This record gives sequence, C-alpha cells and structure tokens, in this order.
Amino acid sequence: MLVLEKRPQPSKGWIAATPVLAVVLTMIAGGLMFAALGKNPVEAIRIIFWDPLFNAQFASYARPQLLVKAAPLILIAIGLALGFRAGIWNIGAEGQYIMGALAGAAFGLYFYPTENPLVFPGMIIAGAAGGWAWAMIPAILKTRFRTNEILVSLLLVYVAEKLLASAATGWLRNPDGRGFPGSRNLSQIEAMNNPELIANTGMHWGVVAAFIAVIMAYILLNRHILGYQIKLAGQAPRAARFAGVRPTRLIVLCLGTSGALAGLAGVFEVTGPAGQISIDFNVGYGFTAIIVAFLGRLHPVGILLAGLLMALTYIGGELAQLMLTIPAPAIQAFQGMLLFFLLAVDVLSNYRIRLKREGLA
Amino acid sequence: MSDTPLLKIEGLTKAYPGVVANDDVSFQIMPGEVHSLLGENGAGKSTLVKMIYGLVRPDSGSMSFKGAPFTPSEPRAARASGVAMVFQHFSLFEALNVAENIALGMENPPKQAALAARIREVSEAYGLPLDPDRLVGDLSAGERQRVEIIRCLLQDPKLLIMDEPTSVLTPQEVEILFHTLRKLSEEGTAILYISHKLEEIRAICDEATILRLGKVVGTCTPRETSAAEMAELMVGKSLAKPGRSDVTHGEVVLKVSGLSVEPASPFGTPLRHIGIELRKGEVLGIGGVAGNGQDELLAALSGEATTAPGSVTLEGEKIGALGPNERRARGLLCAPEERLGHAAAPDMSLTENALLTARGRKGLARSGFINWGKTRSYAEEIIRDFDVRTPGPENAARSLSGGNLQKFVTGREVLQGPTVLVVNQPTWGVDASAAADIRQALLNLAQEGAGVIVISQDLDELLEVSDNFAALNEGRLSNVRATSGLTMETIGLMLGGAHDMHEADKEALHAGA
Repeated sequence: MLVLEKRPQPSKGWIAATPVLAVVLTMIAGGLMFAALGKNPVEAIRIIFWDPLFNAQFASYARPQLLVKAAPLILIAIGLALGFRAGIWNIGAEGQYIMGALAGAAFGLYFYPTENPLVFPGMIIAGAAGGWAWAMIPAILKTRFRTNEILVSLLLVYVAEKLLASAATGWLRNPDGRGFPGSRNLSQIEAMNNPELIANTGMHWGVVAAFIAVIMAYILLNRHILGYQIKLAGQAPRAARFAGVRPTRLIVLCLGTSGALAGLAGVFEVTGPAGQISIDFNVGYGFTAIIVAFLGRLHPVGILLAGLLMALTYIGGELAQLMLTIPAPAIQAFQGMLLFFLLAVDVLSNYRIRLKREGLA
Repeated sequence: MSDTPLLKIEGLTKAYPGVVANDDVSFQIMPGEVHSLLGENGAGKSTLVKMIYGLVRPDSGSMSFKGAPFTPSEPRAARASGVAMVFQHFSLFEALNVAENIALGMENPPKQAALAARIREVSEAYGLPLDPDRLVGDLSAGERQRVEIIRCLLQDPKLLIMDEPTSVLTPQEVEILFHTLRKLSEEGTAILYISHKLEEIRAICDEATILRLGKVVGTCTPRETSAAEMAELMVGKSLAKPGRSDVTHGEVVLKVSGLSVEPASPFGTPLRHIGIELRKGEVLGIGGVAGNGQDELLAALSGEATTAPGSVTLEGEKIGALGPNERRARGLLCAPEERLGHAAAPDMSLTENALLTARGRKGLARSGFINWGKTRSYAEEIIRDFDVRTPGPENAARSLSGGNLQKFVTGREVLQGPTVLVVNQPTWGVDASAAADIRQALLNLAQEGAGVIVISQDLDELLEVSDNFAALNEGRLSNVRATSGLTMETIGLMLGGAHDMHEADKEALHAGA
C-alpha cells in the first residue's frame, strides 16, 4: 500500500523537478489523447514542441510569435503570482487586460489626429491605470464588505467584455471604417504604434516591460520586506498580523499591481500585435496567465520559462490544427493537462511516497 | 494481586524513519490499578498508547488483555475489548449539544432522550456534573473533558487511558477528576494515566513506568518516591531549578487600565476592564484555564488588536492604538502561545523567522531592503545562545521539535533586549530541561531590569517564576497578589473567578511588590 509521508521541509530538488515531470507526463497523456483521435502521437508532439522553433519551413514565422505571445502571459502572470503568494486570488485578469486596452486606446484616440510623441507613453500610463482601477473594484469590496475577490474579479471579466463590445461597435468605432466594428488601427498611427523593435524577433515594448517585471518581481520577493510580507501573509496569516502586516494594505497592493500589469499587457497588445480594439481582440491571455503563474511555481524566473513554454504550445497547437487537423478543443485540453499534472505532482515536493508492506485493516 | 494482569505488554518495539519510538517496552497493569506513564516529550508515551488503542501497529512484541492475546487493528476493536481513551485534544463539535456529541462517537446510539438520561445517570454516579442539553461551544475546557470522559464511561471500559488530562483544569476541577478516577479504580477499572506533572502522579497513581528515549528506564511506586527522584529518572540528569539572585522592582513600566476588547470570533472571549501595573524587574504571572481570554490579552498587548490609546501605556507613552511594529520599536515584545502559524511561519526557514519580529530593533532591513546576511547571523546567534537543536538556520521552522522552536521564538524576543516581554504559555509541550532553560532566560531578563508578563496555564510554572500573580477568568483579571504565601486553594478560587475582588482598592495592587 502506498502512503504519503510529510517531509520535514519541502524538497528543493522536487520543487525544481516537478514542472519538468509535469511536461513529460503531459506529453505522454496528450500523446495518448491524440492517438485516440486517430493522429500520430509522436508527430503531434513534435509539431507542437519542436517545429515552431526548428522546422525551417515554420520557424521564421513562429519564432517571433513566441515572444509576442509570451510577453502578455508573463506580464500578467507576474502580477497574479504576487497576489497568489499572499493568498489573494485575482481570477479576473482578463477583465483588467481588456480595461487596460480600452483605457489606453481611448486616451490615444481622444487626441487623434496627432503626432505628439508623448501620446504613446500617455496611453501606456492610461492602460496601467485602467487595469488598476478595474482591479480596485474587488479590492475595495473585499476590504470594505468582505466580499470574495475570486467571484467579484471573475464576474467583472464579463462586464469588461460587454464594455469592449460597446466600444468596438459604438464609442470607439472607426468613423472611417464604413460601419465595420472595431477602432482605428492604432498600429498604423505613428504616435500610437507599439512597433517591433528589432526586425523578425517579435520584440516590442510589451516584451521589454515583461522582462522588467520579471526582474522587479524577483528583487521584490527575494530582497524586499514587502515581498517577505506577501509570502508571510500567504503561508501564515496569523504570523503575518503578528509581524505587523496590515491585510487591507496587502490586498489593495496585490490586486492593484496585478491589475496594472494586466492593463499594461492589454494596451501593448492593442497598439501592437492586435493593432486595434475589436470585439474579440482578447484571446484569453488573462486566464491562461493563471496556468502560467502556477506552472512557473509563482516564481518570477519560473514564470518567464512557463510563459515561453505556454506560448510554444499555443503556436505549436495552431500548427498541429493546421497540419494534422487536430480539433482546437483537443489542444486546449492538452494545455489544461499541463496544469493538472503540475498540481498533481506538486505533492511530491512536500510529501514522499513510501511503500508500506501491511495495510491498515 | 495474584490474579492475571488486565493488560500485559511484552517487548513492544516501534520504529519510525530515523527514530525508534519504542524499544522493547514491557509493563503490566492489574485490574483497578492506576498506572502512570512518565516521560518527557518524545520519550515514546504517545506511540505506546496509540499501539494499545489500535491506532499504530507495533513492529514486534506482544500484548495480552485479560490473559488473551490482544492485537487491536483499529480503535473500534480496542473499544470492543474494553479499552477507552480520553485524548489531550478534544474532538467535539461546538455547534452540537453534549448528547449529540456523545451519540456521534457511538456505534449504535440510542434515542436522544434515552441517551440524555444515561448521561445524567453516569455523570451523577461519578460526580461529574454535566447537562446533556448544553451546547459544547458554551462549555469550559473542564466541562468539555467531562464530555469525553462520559463518552468513554458509557462504553463501560475495563481500561481507561488518559493523556495529559489535567493540563486544562483548575485545581478544583483536578480534585473532581481525581475523585472520579478513584471511584472508577475502586470499581475495578484500570487507568493508564499519562502526565508529566509529578505531584499529580504522586497523588493518584499506584505504579509508574518511566520512559526515556523509547526505553523503559525504571519503575517506581509514586507515593513512596519524591518528585525530584522521578524527574531525574525522566530526564536522566538532575535539573537546576531556575532562580535569580535578587528581586528589586523599579518604577512602573507598563500600565494597562480599563482595557476592554470585543472578541474577533464568535467563540472568542471578550476582555473586560483589565488593569495591570508592571514594574521594572517584575515578573507578573497571569494564570487561568484555557479560553478565558489569554489569546485576546496577548493580542491587545502585542498590538494585533488595537484599542483606545490610553488603555495601554508604556513608559508613560500611550500606545493602545499602535500596531505590532510600532510597539516593538518602543520596547514591548511578545511571544504568543501558538508556535507554528502565529509566533513562527511553519514553512519558512529560521532565518526568515528571525526577521519576523526582529526587523526593526535589530536593523535587519534598510529602506525596505532585507539584509539577509545580518538576518542569518541573528538567527545563528539565537540558535547558539538558546541551544536550539537544529542543523542550521536554513531549516524550516516546522522541522524543529516543539521545545526547540519555543527556545528559538523566546530567544528571538529576549535577545532584542525588550523593555517589557509578554509570553503566553512559554513552556507548553516543552520537555523539562528546555522548560527550565526558558524560565531561566525570563528570570535573567527581569534581573536585567525588564518587566516580564508570563501568561500560563501551568500553575507550578507561575509559582516558580513570578513575583506577583493574577488570574484571568472570563476575560476579567483578578486582583494582583504577591506569589509568596499563595496557597493552591486561594489560586483555585482566583482562577474560578472571584470577581468580588475586582473592584478592590487599586492602591493595594502592588502592596506585595
């Protein structure tokens, strides 16, 4: 009989090894799923993980996409991880992402037409403020009325989606767009464009922001008292109060930071890769970032790697849909497996499995 | 005593990874005998009892019950044979009444009315007053224990195991319990009594088996053995009694007046008009049965619960509205009762835990950035000065034994040089030698001129370390009395809530100081 035995302290080796093990298990289980769908599992796995980077035919398109897709995931996940470490569960990053994009775009388009170089920085600040403000709603409701931030932040995603639809079809619609929904194309306006900084790399300002966020979060969590308080509040709330941590301040801070970072991701997206506010410019980065945060063990460097890996499965998944006609839900299930296995093998870092000769009657 | 023993244990051995909990343990209990298992924390008492109760299987050795082989595979089997156990920690539902709680533990519970009648009958027969219709959430710790005992007695046990039964009781309640146990013993029920309170064992037990590091190191007849002799057998060496050379009290350093706090949770205890005057060099002991406002008092002093500014005054400054770190900066330090999760974060390293309270006074962070090198050296200093047994400061707090973690937590506060130190249950679950070290550290601190408040449920501890004594009962603090000259009876009355003394002349507070 197998028994779980609690380790005296978490195993450092397993903490590092579990994400790798989870990826391997996902490949096996995903392979079985693809086989059950009548596809060649080895080929499918190769197309998802290998071809986007190294296949001569696809790599020139796919490699830059890696950074483009990873940047918003990393940016959002870094913010979420701070809250998750403190036991503050912001599930509504998707809504904050949309609101950031809307606020940024609205700020820029208010000045249209313009060539003022300060407009783009202004849009970035407006985007961060938009995401921050949207996250303040669950923060204030939680601190004032003890509402559950999981529910409030999640439901606000649907409110944000409605606002997005009204903006795309109404108050932000391109007046010269012959009635089609969608705003002016921001990426084609000089003063509002988030360009590719180095050709054929996918590097844009959002990628730069994501890297900065990783470094800042690393310093915050490892060197600064605030990061210590965040970890303390998550692990031992009573000890945190004893150490003088004010829960209200931490809730406002963590939700605010994650909202602002999600808002930043949103404004970088609509001014760059997406190009404009449209009804469905958001593709679920806010939700996928939750997986990225956990896959990266809520650790900044881990999130950087997990964001790249997740982006790879997106690009590879699209490729697999194209090449092998694997249905899109199967790709999503594949990504879901990654989180599933990670959480399942996570138990190994705190427990060891032992074989017991005799079972209890 | 020539008939067959009720329980006979021969050569029981149980090993866990890295530690042999029981090594070739043998002893026997006759019917009606009150037998004590004595030993420090980690001596293997719990493992032994768990094997008898069917919770743990021995690796080798044998047990016989009433002459027949006894191998309980689970507690239900042990109960069926006539073994019952009262655990140190109660498993009761606060939102259910007494009869419902008892019914939950029974195989075939009778109807509520019939069960209530049985409970009344048994509780009267054994002198354990208990109303079956009361909610457990409203009961005192002593009354809750009665629920557990009556639950056992309804099974008509032949052997009753009691694990540290008196740790939550007032002296009067202990008397009631002992009365019950003697009656059970006269009726032929054997009792296996686990405790480290030696005077109690001398009062009630017929025989004692002493365990140290998993082995039986001796047996004795407690009535004929002195407490000091038993302690030496238990620890394996003679213990120095904590003490200090001279006791001089200076001016008032901490003043609490009219402190009232509403509880944070529905089952918490409100504090009512607490008044304390603590002088430099004074050790004030605050006794009381668990759940009478100890946690709330500590929170009100540590700054986790804030009050009107004037209700807490430190060296003339009103600090009632300040938070924990502001109070620490002014010299008021605290060590709460719950080590894991309150005084320390279980999964964090000792270095990180050193930072928990020492950041300001030890200058471990500058403009928000942590100096890990300095923090680590402070953790090492605590480990060295307080003899904390651990491979190093990078180990998680939860990997330490209770006694070692308590030494770390106490050391962390003491080494910050507090003006006033408040500790709650400083030696709860700590072995005898570690407890002596901790008490000595508190006395040394007072010797150096700090004011010390020791909140504890262990009266022997309070009588040993404190100059003055007050009792906490239902959130009210009794008059303060000089410890010397207090009898157990007086203390019992104070713990039981002699509220009439509350309005007594404030000038008399420190008459004994």
